[in-house]
Amino acid sequence: MTTGPTREQDTRVQQAVGNLLRAGVLLAALVVLAGGVLFLLRHGGSVPDYRVFRGEPMDLRGFTGIVRDAFAGSGRGIIQLGLLILVATPVARVAFTAVAFAFERDRTYVLVALLVLSLLLKSLAG
Amino acid sequence: MNTLAFSATIAAASFCAGFLGSLTGLGGGFIVTPVLTLVFAADIRYAIGASLISIIATSSGAAAAYVKEGFTNLRVGMLLEIATVVGALLGASLVAVFPARTITVIFGLVLLVSAYLTTRPRAEHLTAALPPDPLAGRLRLDSEYPTPDGPRRYRVRHVPGGFALMWLAGVLSGLLGIGSGAVKVLAMDQVMYLPFKVSTATSNFMIGVTAAASAGVYLRHGYVDPGLAMPVMLGVLAGSMVGARLLFKAQTARLRLLFAGVIVLIGLEMIYHGALGRG
Repeated sequence: MTTGPTREQDTRVQQAVGNLLRAGVLLAALVVLAGGVLFLLRHGGSVPDYRVFRGEPMDLRGFTGIVRDAFAGSGRGIIQLGLLILVATPVARVAFTAVAFAFERDRTYVLVALLVLSLLLKSLAG
Repeated sequence: MNTLAFSATIAAASFCAGFLGSLTGLGGGFIVTPVLTLVFAADIRYAIGASLISIIATSSGAAAAYVKEGFTNLRVGMLLEIATVVGALLGASLVAVFPARTITVIFGLVLLVSAYLTTRPRAEHLTAALPPDPLAGRLRLDSEYPTPDGPRRYRVRHVPGGFALMWLAGVLSGLLGIGSGAVKVLAMDQVMYLPFKVSTATSNFMIGVTAAASAGVYLRHGYVDPGLAMPVMLGVLAGSMVGARLLFKAQTARLRLLFAGVIVLIGLEMIYHGALGRG
């Protein structure tokens, strides 16, 4: 029978994971907000139409295209970059949890978290 | 309606989605999808892309608070996430084989029954007095959560049953392209006997991970439109942060009612979509 982690350890882990999560989410929100302001300043008066699916242009579908558009100052590109950061937050959440379990020397859950992380990365990469 | 008014309206609806989604552990897709398709007549594929973003935003917006306060059971979440992701990968590969419409209707009916089950009150403090479940003990799943009367310990039961149901939740979400928050909460609450607030917070932690797993596919297929996703993401994030502040004080019996009400809505939505062959 192994001894379980102490409550203090668990609490410290929770604080660290919680803070990192908050930072990532706020960064994503700020980037999306900045892109959104640019987008609305330029297109706020036009009439949106999403009735027919055309799909996004190729440059807004992949990482390199999105980064290129964002740095070119495109509002839509910057929003999409913020969304990429948002999608990265659950991935980071799993990675942080793995690190946190490692600090607790909880080998079982380091393996569990790493397994989840690899499954997640595998399906993200398609 | 111009883009400015359109964005403001969607942001307001998304705020409600994030608020309800974070309190119930269900994500916000169940509000975002019908608002976009029924009110704004958006194509279902744009709505699915925006709904996926709303699920991740709800999850991430509330996760920080829930993890810090100690509602989220990280071990239960991680362990069950394996079952969900493996199930989701299988489900996505079965899309061409299974009649998604029929399954959607059946799942809708299952949710209506589940809504009834969750409203039955359960004495949550009693599980701490039960003998420890050997498997849950070995996996160190038993934990405690904050209550206004101080931290309260709880025991986790029926780990294999919960694991199996989580796998099914993953298969369904991969197959039907829906968030699987409802099955996640039900598995933890009804099968594993976790306290309700721990179930919703842990589901909230997990749904973002499950949704992120399919985000790559939807992005590559051009489903994620920045003009739609921007108000959805910002509204949902704000709503889920506000919702997360309320969980500590919320009465469990009321949360159960809220959860039951929302899954009745989701169930009806699914029966409607399944019968019409949309979404």
